[in-house]
Amino acid sequence: MTGIVNYGAGNIFSLTAALTRLGIAYGMVNNAAELGAYDRIIIPGVGHAGAAMRKLRESGLADSIASITKPVLGICVGMQLLTSYSEEGDSELLGIVPLQTLHFERRVTLKVPHMGWNKVYHQNNSPIFDNIEKDTYFYFVHSYFIEYNDTFTSAYTGYGLKFSAAMQDRNFYGVQFHPEKSGEAGEKLLLNFSKLY
Amino acid sequence: MEPEIAYPFLGMLAKRIIPCLDVKDGRTVKGVNFVDLRDAGDPVELAWQYSRQGADELVFLDITATHERRKTTVELVKAVARQINIPFTIGGGINELEDADVLLHAGADKISINSAAVRNPALIDQMAQAFGIQFVVVAVDTRHVDGRNYVHLNGGRLKTDMETEDWIREAESRGAGEILLTSMDHDGTKNGFDCDFLQQINATLSIPLIASGGAGNKQHFVDVFQRSNVDAALAASVFHYGEIRIPELKEELRQQGIEVR
Repeated sequence: MTGIVNYGAGNIFSLTAALTRLGIAYGMVNNAAELGAYDRIIIPGVGHAGAAMRKLRESGLADSIASITKPVLGICVGMQLLTSYSEEGDSELLGIVPLQTLHFERRVTLKVPHMGWNKVYHQNNSPIFDNIEKDTYFYFVHSYFIEYNDTFTSAYTGYGLKFSAAMQDRNFYGVQFHPEKSGEAGEKLLLNFSKLY
Repeated sequence: MEPEIAYPFLGMLAKRIIPCLDVKDGRTVKGVNFVDLRDAGDPVELAWQYSRQGADELVFLDITATHERRKTTVELVKAVARQINIPFTIGGGINELEDADVLLHAGADKISINSAAVRNPALIDQMAQAFGIQFVVVAVDTRHVDGRNYVHLNGGRLKTDMETEDWIREAESRGAGEILLTSMDHDGTKNGFDCDFLQQINATLSIPLIASGGAGNKQHFVDVFQRSNVDAALAASVFHYGEIRIPELKEELRQQGIEVR
């Protein structure tokens, strides 16, 4: 069973709808004690990374996430929370994956947010990309990106610069795109994650 | 310390093709001509067909006018979010923050506001602050009058004193995440998009622009992307009546060197 961290950072209707369509059983994690009931954990999130981090702290879950040994998947801002720092609101984040979350606007002249379908190239054999082609489109909506890193970047994408579309560090996974909105490829990724122990 | 960044890496952000569905009392309004539809009036089934065909996103324009409107719109949004695995925008009758809030929690990816924003521009700021700019699409209907372009309301029937370019700039600065620009002079003509004006607007904009109005054939989509470099193109009847099939449109765009999914 998959647990979804319920800390009030945005709408999760689309995510739970996707899991239901795919036959993936899930429940809500409202506090640290409930983490133990699940085989794997999803951290969703939209909006402001600093605000999301505050809500995660208020939920009492922030200190427990780093010690989880089961698979954890952060989606969008949920992925950014796993990094050490975001330029959004000059925010200290969980620091589980030693990467930084940076603003596009200061570095590229393209339109921000980066919104739409972009090609994702996976590498380093991350299991969430099993049976997904090397250059597959996923749906993105974000203004901040996680820097590229040879070790931790499990998939990269370009938008004026090369950044982490997905990352992995031990049992911690993150995807910047929205698998629940990325057609069949996104559904395959969610199914892949649902098989991890 | 400034992290090391691999410049330049342009990537492949695809141009988006967006079918627009008009919905009234939970049913699609304009006729459709899909052979494989069981129920052509069911917006969810139509949406599912479009997503299967390769539509990148969907827009639902809810023109329900009864006092039950909010309830039927929420039901529609929930039904779509349950079934469809691509992003969608809902527009029509969104006048206040509360309208947008219920739609967000029903699973809408974006809302589009038009006349409500013209009448109360602060609504854009409020929505962007409450839900993030990525949630707020400002739809603008424009018409050419005496050599200038003016914002129009009520489906293009009511002219305002606001010049379109000024209003779009204001909407962007207030927190619009995307602009949906419909040329009322071109809408329904099937003579092609207003590429010159779209190009002019797009050149000044640092948020995505969706072109709407005038699509009649595949070449019109090629033209609008090549000549104005908009981020997305929206159409309704040419898709609904099967005059343009999305897989064939995408193939044509691909052959013309335009990046599509």
